[in-house]
Amino acid sequence: MCLGIPGQVVAITDEAAQLASVDVCGVKRQVNYACVLTEGENAESLLGAWVLVHVGFAMSRIDEEEAQNTLALLSQLDELNEEMDAIRASVEDSAS
Amino acid sequence: MRFVDEFRDPQMAEALLQRIRPLVDKKVQQLGRPLQLMEVCGGHTHAIFRYGLEQLLPDMVELVHGPGCPVCVLPMGRVDDCVAIAEQPDVIFTTFGDAMRVPGSKKSLLQAKAQGADIRMVYSPLDALQLAKKHPEKEVVFFGLGFETTMPSTALTILQAEKEGIDNFSLFCNHITIIPTIKAVLDSPDLHLDGFLGPGHVSMIIGTRPYEFVAQQYQRPMVIAGFEPIDVLQSVWMIMQQLDEGRCEVENQYGRIVPPEGNRQALQAVSQVFELREFFEWRGLGSIDHSGVRMREEYRQWDAEQKFSLPNLKIADPKSCQCGEVLKGVIKPWECKVFGRACTPETPMGALMVSSEGACSAYFTYGKVNQADHIPSEQLA
Repeated sequence: MCLGIPGQVVAITDEAAQLASVDVCGVKRQVNYACVLTEGENAESLLGAWVLVHVGFAMSRIDEEEAQNTLALLSQLDELNEEMDAIRASVEDSAS
Repeated sequence: MRFVDEFRDPQMAEALLQRIRPLVDKKVQQLGRPLQLMEVCGGHTHAIFRYGLEQLLPDMVELVHGPGCPVCVLPMGRVDDCVAIAEQPDVIFTTFGDAMRVPGSKKSLLQAKAQGADIRMVYSPLDALQLAKKHPEKEVVFFGLGFETTMPSTALTILQAEKEGIDNFSLFCNHITIIPTIKAVLDSPDLHLDGFLGPGHVSMIIGTRPYEFVAQQYQRPMVIAGFEPIDVLQSVWMIMQQLDEGRCEVENQYGRIVPPEGNRQALQAVSQVFELREFFEWRGLGSIDHSGVRMREEYRQWDAEQKFSLPNLKIADPKSCQCGEVLKGVIKPWECKVFGRACTPETPMGALMVSSEGACSAYFTYGKVNQADHIPSEQLA
């Protein structure tokens, strides 16, 4: 119940009820956007934004930069592992 | 799917495991005992089992499955209240699917439905409000449960009902709060936790600051974690780094979703509609002060507790059930007397067997029941 799923805002459908159409894995659903629009912000600014959808509400605007940072950090680890594997292999080679 | 698939990369998982292993070895050697980390949230329990993360992590890291599954901590008396409301004439009772099979003292909502009560599963409280508009001759009641993650959605639905003047809609409010719960776990004398995986989606609402007491007063590292396998592994790595360096901090692995200050609009809606209860009764954990919310007086016309007279009885959990001990991590699910025998996901006795986020259901579904060495011989006989 507490899980959420990422989706992309494709249209603002009802500004009075704060509803947008959000594409979640190809399925479009009406989602309330009250929690992801800051005061004075125009609803149109949500178009194209990625949001976390939870029980019919957009609960968080996904920070794409943060997501990229996490992944970049992690892929560095992976590259480092490959480097280390290569170093280990070379040490073993020279020992045999 | 974007923002999901990237966080399931097996190569990244291996890279993280390579970093976790030596830190665990070192710490275990220092302490002379295995490490215990608690994932507070049922969503994490589900992810850990679904992806077999416990098997990937070193044996000396034990994951303790915490109390963060709202369906699992629902006491029987509250289910009886739901059934009592649902069985009134001219009521449509709406609920998230997870709650349908939670046993009450006489029956679950699913059994009440089979006996003719008009009980419907909805995906969103807004769908329940739509039903109220469609059936003005009926009273539509929504069963609101969940931690802070779900609270804003019900609060906003009530505000919408107010705005549209929909009177035949009400909320049976059973929302609970995470901070007193974590405190109760930390104060439990039979627990020895080394660190916490913090609940990602509760935190997107309340932010990271409310957890500071975990690091400052209780000296435990806490890392707010996402729900994909890479998120969980990276969070374990971050906890291990803190333990290795002798730090105790609240860190945020789930920055793509969780802003440190939380969600202001959501919190505003919540505090407009709800206020703290003096205490709330939990299955297995007993009564915890200030751990639940009720609707404010101004919204009483949408409050099911005001509209209906409820039995509101305190019903003791079945004697054979050991949900409380499992919830606190004192015993493992397979150590419970009824696990996998009288209590299965098909016929759950305890709530931990009901929801896919419950520890017992996860153990059962993902095969941990079949490990003969985990089941006492008298149970196998």
